[in-house]
Formats: sequence, C-alpha cells, structure tokens
Amino acid sequence: MAEVARGELSAQELLSHEMGMHTEQLGGRSRQAFFDIDLEEPHHGFSLPNAFDVDYNKRAEIDAAELSPNAVNLRIRQLMKDGYGTIVIKNPGAKHSIAVGILNRLNLIIEGSLGYFGLGLIDGPNVRISGRVGWSCAENMMSGTILIEKNAGSQFGAALRGGDLVCKGDVGSRTGIDMKGGSIIVGGDTGAFTGFMMQRGRMVICGNAGKNLGDSMYDGTIYIGGEPQSLGVDAVWAEMTELDRQWLTRKLRMYDIAPKGGIDAFRKIVAGKQLWNYDNLEPTEKKLVL
Amino acid sequence: MCGIAGVIHRDGATNVGREMTAMLRSLRHRGPDSTGFAVYGVSTPDEYVMRLKLAEREDLDKDHHIRKKIRDRQAEVDVLLAELGAETLEVTEPTAYARRYRLRYPGDTRRLATDIEQIEGAEVLSFGSALELIKDLGDATDVSAQYGLGTFRGTHAIGHTRMATESDVDIRSAHPYWAYPYNDISVVHNGQITNYWIMRREMERLGHRFMSNCDSELLAVYTANNLEQGATLEDSLRASIKEIDGVFTYVVATENELGMAKDTMAAKPMVLYESDNLVALASEEVAIRTLLPHEIDTSDPYDEEVRVWQR
Repeated sequence: MAEVARGELSAQELLSHEMGMHTEQLGGRSRQAFFDIDLEEPHHGFSLPNAFDVDYNKRAEIDAAELSPNAVNLRIRQLMKDGYGTIVIKNPGAKHSIAVGILNRLNLIIEGSLGYFGLGLIDGPNVRISGRVGWSCAENMMSGTILIEKNAGSQFGAALRGGDLVCKGDVGSRTGIDMKGGSIIVGGDTGAFTGFMMQRGRMVICGNAGKNLGDSMYDGTIYIGGEPQSLGVDAVWAEMTELDRQWLTRKLRMYDIAPKGGIDAFRKIVAGKQLWNYDNLEPTEKKLVL
Repeated sequence: MCGIAGVIHRDGATNVGREMTAMLRSLRHRGPDSTGFAVYGVSTPDEYVMRLKLAEREDLDKDHHIRKKIRDRQAEVDVLLAELGAETLEVTEPTAYARRYRLRYPGDTRRLATDIEQIEGAEVLSFGSALELIKDLGDATDVSAQYGLGTFRGTHAIGHTRMATESDVDIRSAHPYWAYPYNDISVVHNGQITNYWIMRREMERLGHRFMSNCDSELLAVYTANNLEQGATLEDSLRASIKEIDGVFTYVVATENELGMAKDTMAAKPMVLYESDNLVALASEEVAIRTLLPHEIDTSDPYDEEVRVWQR
C-alpha cells in the first residue's frame, strides 16, 4: 500500500510517524491513542455492546480458595451484572484461567498469584495483581491495564492487541510473541525469543533479555534498558528520539517503575524489514505471474 | 504434556511421600495415564532397598497362569540373592506384581541388579540405599495408597504424571526412570526428545541397556553414562542441553542432590520456589501451593538453565 502523504497528516499523526509507528499501513483494524507528556492518562469512556453498567464505588470480594476457576469467573460476571465496578479476588492460589474473557470496564484487584492463562481475552478492565502470574497471561488482551507486582511466566502478553500489560518483576520466554498492539512493560529481565514475530505495539524491558530478542519481528518497537543476549533475525538497532524518551518517561512514571540506568540507558530495536513478504508475492509466485 | 515435580528439604527428613502425593494429585490434569514417585528415605549403612516388578499389570488380565509365574519368578530372585550372598531383611508385596526387598549386601550391587534382570519377566525399578522408585497406572492418589506412600519419610523426592505420547501406557513406560545400574539416581522428564534413536544407539554401543521405547528413559541412561565417566550432576545436566535435541525440562535426583535442566527453547514449563530450608519445583505453581498454601515468591527458570541443590 502507498504511504499517506505527510502533508495530509495532523500534528499528532506526524508525531506518530516520527516514532516509527506508521511507516506502513497494514491491513486490519487498529487504534492509535495519542498522548501529551504533561497529561494524565485519559479515561476512555468504555462501552462494548452488551457490557454491564458498573459503578466503581460498588465493591465486592470473592474468596477463591474453595472455588473452581469456572466458578470464580461466573461469580465475576454475576457481580458485574449486578453493577459492581470494583472486585477483589482473595486466595487465587495460582489457579489457572482466572478472570478470562472480561469485556467490561472494571477495577479488578487480585490479592495473590495466578496460574496459567490468567486474564486472557480481556477487553477493558484495570487489573492489579499483588503476586505473580503463570504462562500465557493476558493472551489476546484487547484493552485495559494489568499491573503485576512480582514475576510472570512465559508467553506473557502473547498476541496482545491493546492496553498496557506491566510486570514489575522478571518474565519468562517468548514475551509478547505475535503481539499486534498495546504495550508490554517489564521491570526486570525477560527470557529468550522476546518479541518473536511481533507485529505492532511497544515493549519496554528495563533489565536484560535472553537470546534472539525481536526475532522475525514485522513491526513495532522494543526498548531495552539492559543487554540482550543476542538480537533475533531481522531485528535491528534504531536511534532513540526525544519522543521515545518522553514516552518512556511517562509510561514508567505511570506504573512507578524506576529503571536502574534511568531513561538515558534505553536503546531501541525495530524490524529491519528484510524478511517482509506482506502484501508481496513470493519470488516463485512472481515468476508465475510474470 | 506430562507433569513433573520435585522437592528437597535441607533441614532433615519429613513426610515427602505425602508431599509428593499432594503435588502430583494437583498435576493430574497434565497426565492421567500413570504416576510415578522416586522418594529418598534415610539410609542405613550396608542396607539397600530394591524395588522390582515381576510382571506388567495388564498381564494379570491376559495371562491365566501369571500368578504362578510371579511366584516362580520371586522364588528365582530369592535363590539368586542367596547365591550372591545377599541377606534379605524384609520383603513386602504392595501389589500382585511389585515387590520391595530390604537387603544387606556387601558385594557389587551393579552385578546383583544385572543378574536379577536375567530372570524372565523381572525388572529392577530401583536399587539404592535411599531411593525407592514406585510407578504404576492411575493417578497419584491411587498409586500412593496402593504402595503405602502416605507415611514415607525422607529428605527429597521427584514425581511424574504421564500423558503418553511417545510410547505405550504401561508401567515400563512410566516415569521416573532409575539410572540403571547406578544406585540412587532417578529422572523425570516433560517433553519430547527428537534425537532419541541416535542417542539410544550411541548409549547401547557403550553397553547400556534400555527397558522401554520411551524417549525419557534416554535421559536416565545418559545421566548414568556421564556419571560413570566421572562427571558431576551439574556437568551432566549442562552437557545434555547441547547433546540432546528436542523440547524438554527434566529433573534428576541423587542420594544427596536434586537438579533440573531446561532446553534451549524453554518450551516446557517449570516453576521454582526456593527458601533456606526447602526447594520445590513443578510444572505448575498449583503443585507447589499444595505444600505452601500462603503467598510465596516463585520464578520460571530460563532457557538452558541448570540448577542443582544439595539436601
């Protein structure tokens, strides 16, 4: 597809282009949220079709100690239906598949740790977890925020579409694999193949990364404060701009994360785009067509 | 998929049989085909425990003469032990086909194990001064109750819940595997080994024997071979990451150590909890929570990570 002429862009869109976010127009739906360094995060009035009208001042607690994941999820749904906008889950006990498929605005506070597949497919909630999360947390998350105080397992934020997914501790391998939007912020280290086949969005790693960082990434941006063991195929270093630093400053401030080396220690990785075959014919196919 | 778990206490013996039963019960969804335990008790000088099976469980349904065959095989074992100069202190029969011998034996224990396996239908599951290896079809609750593991006291244990993918559903293919014929070494594994046949032929050329077609057995034989060559457990675990292909996370226990290794792709999970007195690791944190139900700090070992803990 042809690029949009720069003269047709608004000031905010120009900023976005300068950050390398619109170098190519890809097919499919996407949403661009603009920001100002001095403003607080805007509250998006959120209303999905069939979403429940909840009141953040109505608070309820669920003790998950003796409940199955299915029972916990049904209880969350019923509480949202009854208008509760703040739900506290106590004693989650590292159970799997807790709080999945929430398509609603909601303050969700999890006092403890989750097992595998927690918070998958969510669209809208603001979640705070005092413990850790297991593999595949927030898979296919669409929007909202998740803040995890301790560590996270592998496939963290796999196929993330939107929202902010934040882990203050260390994260396992394949973080942000196939992510298509949103932001993943890691306060500590991350494992091998982080950002594998990343397509869009931004990832911030305050510590070190394992081997093959950004392997086969199509697009998107990775910021790293420490050292990657190695870069993956088609991942290349890029120059940090003032806009990058402003964005990092603001995001890390929002989540109260202070990287060891400060913002100036961060470096940027983007796709070299030498492996691209989006919208292009494979060489053998070209031969056939021509 | 399979579930693996390990626990080691650094402050003395405790009820590791009950602990491992609870851990494996919580991992049942990762593999309901069979369950296995390698538990390490308190050793007594010159005394050994030998666990062996004299038939497969399925033989009980298929072979009308199997009970007589089992009696005959046990009689042969008893004669052989006497001939080799082993003093049998106690024999128990947890199942119709499994036996536990407590022995006093001053001779070459490798020769003893090898000679017993010459008896048709007999397979030594484990031999050692501390190790007792128990595996059978069914879930952790059933196997633990069948073999009376609920009261077993020891310092460390590893366990496995198996979802059969590479080989049959039978005791022979169940984990853990004893690193035959080396005393007190056992292995559990989650994953698939893709250069199994190449490595197996290499081990067989070196004189090692395989009792099953399960790829996980290779790890036990491979570990035994490395230790025989003088490698430490940590050396062996590190070498395996380079020499064994596939996706795997596995746990090895010896009389005094517990170790783990994760392959280069880190595709099989492991969650780790460490404190001054206790190390617990499992495919899922829910298993660790059966020992420590309160909030704990856990982490995931990274790719190519090797860890060894002493008791």
